[in-house]
Amino acid sequence: MPEPIKIRATLVGDIVDVRLMAPHIMESGQRRDANNRIIPAHHIERLIITHNGKVMVDAELGGAVAKNPVMGFKFRGAKVGDKIAVSWVDTSGEKRSDEVSVSDGARN
Amino acid sequence: MNLLRRQFIQVTSLSALLGPGLAWAKTNRPAFDAVTLQEALRGLDAAGASESRDIVLKVPDVADNAAAVPVDITSNIPNTESISVLVDKNPHPLAARFNFAPGVVPQVHLRLKMAQSSPVRVVVKAGGKTWQLSREVKVTLGGCGA
Repeated sequence: MPEPIKIRATLVGDIVDVRLMAPHIMESGQRRDANNRIIPAHHIERLIITHNGKVMVDAELGGAVAKNPVMGFKFRGAKVGDKIAVSWVDTSGEKRSDEVSVSDGARN
Repeated sequence: MNLLRRQFIQVTSLSALLGPGLAWAKTNRPAFDAVTLQEALRGLDAAGASESRDIVLKVPDVADNAAAVPVDITSNIPNTESISVLVDKNPHPLAARFNFAPGVVPQVHLRLKMAQSSPVRVVVKAGGKTWQLSREVKVTLGGCGA
């Protein structure tokens, strides 16, 4: 089972700031091992951010995205308590999905 | 080219599919598998994209760590639908592509691997047109093969 995605969703004014870190090796398929054999590609290839089930950001990722991808996005129309979910699928077909509630940035 | 239509179908069908059992649409493989910049741009339907000053691209002039080069992108182009990020001289130039629903601020932060010094290029699709902007990033040590 892949490690959980760390997600933070904070509402500031009318904009929700979503930050995430998805632990993943993000092997590019370009590196070689000690025996000079290519280490096969193994990276997240699709990552989707939803707001109450609606897709907000649909990201396609290649092997050039750094290990343990860190990303940030902002959008309007969310309220405190709304559900923000992040899901990914990698090149080996493995999947991970995690969810948080939007928190009030003014109170933190 | 039917790519546009395919991507539209992929994106719109995703929301319907994102229930339990989460089915996943395929990524734009031809663009991601491309080994030259021209091929990758063609795969994005951006071969003739003109330069835009409404794209804000923040990258370091010199990257300390080529395995994690911070990239900040903002598109000030109205109706931005997607932002793609390329590293011209990487073995596979296209690094990532972000498709935004209406209401999402067309802005993204991420970190990239770079094989060598190269321009970092942003392609924005907005209102059926494509725009681009690039900035050179110097790499002192290779990014252990991007």
